[in-house]
Amino acid sequence: MAVPTTAGRLRKNRGAAPLQSLFWRLPWLRSALLLTPPLGWFVLIYLSSLVLLLVTAFWTIDTFTTQIVQVWSVDNFTLIVNEPAYRLIIGRTIGLAALVTFTDAVLAFPFAYFMARVATRRTQTILFAAVLLPLWASYLARVYAWILILNHSGILNWSLQSIGLPPANIGYTIPAMWIVFSYIWLPFMIIPTYAALERVPESLLEAAADLGAPRWRALLDVVLPLAVPGVVAGSIFTFSLTLGDYITPILVGGAGSTFIGNVVYSSVGIANNVPFAAALAMVPVAIMAVYLLIARRLGAFEAL
Amino acid sequence: MRSTKAPAMWVRLGTVAAAAVIAITACGSNASPGGSTAAQPPTAGMKPPTSVGAGEGQLNLIAWEGYVDDSWVKQFTANTGCKVNAKYAGSSDEMVSLMKGGGGGQWDMVSASGDADLRLIYGGDVKPMNTDLIPDFKNFQTYFKAPGYNTINGIHYGISLQWGPNTLLYSTKKFPNAPTSWSVIYDPANKGLVTVPDNPIQIADAALYLMKTQPSLGIKDPYELTQKQFDASVTLLKQQRPLIKKYWGTAGDEITLFENGDVVVGAAWPYQTIQLKADGKVAVADTIPTEGATGWGDTWMLATNAPHPNCAYLWTAYVSTAKVQAEQALFFGETPVNTMACQEMESLQAGSCAQYHADAPGSYFNTIKFWKTPIATCPDGSSSCIPYAQWQTAWTTITA
Amino acid sequence: MEGFWTKVALRIWVALILLFLFIPILLIFFYAFNTSNIESWPIPGLTLKWFTASWDDAEIRTALALSVQAGLAATALALILGSSAAFAIHRMTFFGRDAISLLFVLPLALPGIITGISLNAFFSFGGFPLSFWTIVVGHTTFCIVVVYNNVLARLRRSQGSLVEAAMDLGANGLQTFRDITLPLISTSVVAGAMLAFALSFDEVIVTTFTAGAQNTLPIWIFGAIRLGQRLPEVNVVVSFVILVTIVPVVIAARLTGGGGAARVPAAPLSVEA
Repeated sequence: MAVPTTAGRLRKNRGAAPLQSLFWRLPWLRSALLLTPPLGWFVLIYLSSLVLLLVTAFWTIDTFTTQIVQVWSVDNFTLIVNEPAYRLIIGRTIGLAALVTFTDAVLAFPFAYFMARVATRRTQTILFAAVLLPLWASYLARVYAWILILNHSGILNWSLQSIGLPPANIGYTIPAMWIVFSYIWLPFMIIPTYAALERVPESLLEAAADLGAPRWRALLDVVLPLAVPGVVAGSIFTFSLTLGDYITPILVGGAGSTFIGNVVYSSVGIANNVPFAAALAMVPVAIMAVYLLIARRLGAFEAL
Repeated sequence: MRSTKAPAMWVRLGTVAAAAVIAITACGSNASPGGSTAAQPPTAGMKPPTSVGAGEGQLNLIAWEGYVDDSWVKQFTANTGCKVNAKYAGSSDEMVSLMKGGGGGQWDMVSASGDADLRLIYGGDVKPMNTDLIPDFKNFQTYFKAPGYNTINGIHYGISLQWGPNTLLYSTKKFPNAPTSWSVIYDPANKGLVTVPDNPIQIADAALYLMKTQPSLGIKDPYELTQKQFDASVTLLKQQRPLIKKYWGTAGDEITLFENGDVVVGAAWPYQTIQLKADGKVAVADTIPTEGATGWGDTWMLATNAPHPNCAYLWTAYVSTAKVQAEQALFFGETPVNTMACQEMESLQAGSCAQYHADAPGSYFNTIKFWKTPIATCPDGSSSCIPYAQWQTAWTTITA
Repeated sequence: MEGFWTKVALRIWVALILLFLFIPILLIFFYAFNTSNIESWPIPGLTLKWFTASWDDAEIRTALALSVQAGLAATALALILGSSAAFAIHRMTFFGRDAISLLFVLPLALPGIITGISLNAFFSFGGFPLSFWTIVVGHTTFCIVVVYNNVLARLRRSQGSLVEAAMDLGANGLQTFRDITLPLISTSVVAGAMLAFALSFDEVIVTTFTAGAQNTLPIWIFGAIRLGQRLPEVNVVVSFVILVTIVPVVIAARLTGGGGAARVPAAPLSVEA
């Protein structure tokens, strides 16, 4: 029996090689073949549905039968701009999104600082997993948990009353929504901030100390500016997710908690006015486009 | 993530392809009569079946909360094998929206109120039903055999179900004596303690209140309002806005609000009162104030593309029987359309027949302003009344 | 470098934040055992009766079955499409690559409600009735992103020289793929699949707009919370959903080496470094 030689193996393999040599000669062909199904999916389904939504924003509906009238008009947009109620709703949504982002940044920074600069390797790993865990626990479950906590006979009021304070009636209010949003998106802010802080080289801080800077000065002038891209990266999530949410306002909000998302949701599911919903949905898209441009300037994309 | 100036060739091609797809498949919109009720609805020509076949094993219903309760549904499934899957809608608007496309091939029936019926009929989303297939139909009160909101030109687009008022629900602790006027829900003394439905048709309730308190406005029908009358109603509701703790979207929302002590008074259906009393966590009662009440007359309508029509007819026949009519009337707090139900109600709960006016519909009936779709045509023939689409946009500005 | 009291203060802060993050979740698990059907604190007693009640409820079982089926279908599709996209992007260098990368991130970057109403408009325009398959289409679209991110991150970390060495030794494309590439990326593929399933199982915003008469478990939960009649069962179902979404993620993290603190991904779209 012949001992298989390298040459022999090569000869055998060459027989199965025409396809492979085709890929060798035209390297882009394999990539193109691999890319076509997913790209096809995205373009034919996702992208075209987004384009359709954009086009629908310029249509209107027949008022009696709610059938879509495919006549080009900017009525939806003029309505949004002119009607004070929509300006109020948009302003309220942006305002709360900004407040939640700020709150999460404040809550996250010391936590991330500890993780990055004080904790041991092992503690880092544990904390990282601990922060990731609530993030992946069901969104609806976590909002529901807060409904239970905040309601009249829930644990918050029980705790307050057991130390002699009056009960906090924050069910169905904007403060309740603020708490819930800050809670839900907090891990999204902690993780990029931690990543950015972790990358600050120790040598920079030593140099600052050598130059005579007190610790707080080093924090302010060296660490903080380097952490900003991470915080901004986290803020992309907290801001965008609050901007598009409608479930928390329904479950936790009261009168005067209507968000952009709620008007979109009820326009589609209740008023059957998809063109108006589409037009209004363009507002958060436009806002996020601007926000992403600013974030890119501040270096957030490198921190992602 | 660096963005490039020129989109990738793939992206450009894809957008062109998508636009082409849209252009090619663009279909014209259905021409609608735009509110004229003399024209023939789109499904008028669809002949209903003459007999009911075997059940298909499944029934998908869009209903008001409390309309598909296990206490009578279990027996129905046992009798017919049709498993009932109910989706609870919080408003007529939601029902109309869910039913678009003739039910989308998903939904079989909807328990639509008077303000949804015409929109469903003229949208082509429901089709004619054969009343011969409903054995109890002959026992219905005459008016409910062919009311204007579900029967057009002699064709029945559904079978009447039950009817009832919207009530004033209040905590007996805060109001030991029943309030006599709707003014309590507009009273600034109750700031943050009021709830009303999150439904544009509430504007009619405000108009009803103004009928008595501002007669100079000349409101005759709370659903047919001129611009001046409409604006006055909207202003009243905007003044009410600071008093509202939360606009309730589902009956469950309102029940939770009362049980938590978040609200003490509000507009409700009799269903909430019965549920709250059964739960026993908070003492409540309801009443109809002197200004009167709006109300609803409900019809089970059959979706144009209903996937389970046999189960649908079996269901309609079942809920039209005197026994189930009585059970549902007592469960929800409404009035049955079947004249034989009165005896059943008395045997289940003495005095209920009179309580829910099942025996004296005429006089009581006329005091209720039933939900109907506001259209542009006023009773005097002019076209200056406010159509429903404007009610919806006004409602968004009220609750913002 | 930091002072002693600073470190103490930081430790306290970290402890408080951890309590803040975990108490609500633990509370739900407590409430699932609540004997009373009134959701108040403190809990009067513990019982297992709501677990059996939930299991007996046909609506819950149907919704659970639908969620599992949709999750499996979406994950399977996402695996194929996401992995092939990652391979293609890893090797390509033409100028449109960044645009395509952006495209693949869009489903998670845009608010869910936009994806939801776009797909809804697309289906109603194209005349597709809403059904199980429209739910799957919606879920697949963002599950692809998760698989793509994980596989791409691993490909970028792996050494291309291994593949070249294999080919120098005479292995053809299929052998190289089977013996070299696949083992290298297998854990990231599984991790991506776990994350995709968790994401699909919990998804409610897009599903609301792409489901017809069907209920997935999150849709059932949302409706049940609003109807307010069956809150004890909601507690049980919600606890269950938390476990089902956390456990795959934990497995995924273990598969990709657990630590990952070497180079931390800022965007938690993958558990890959």
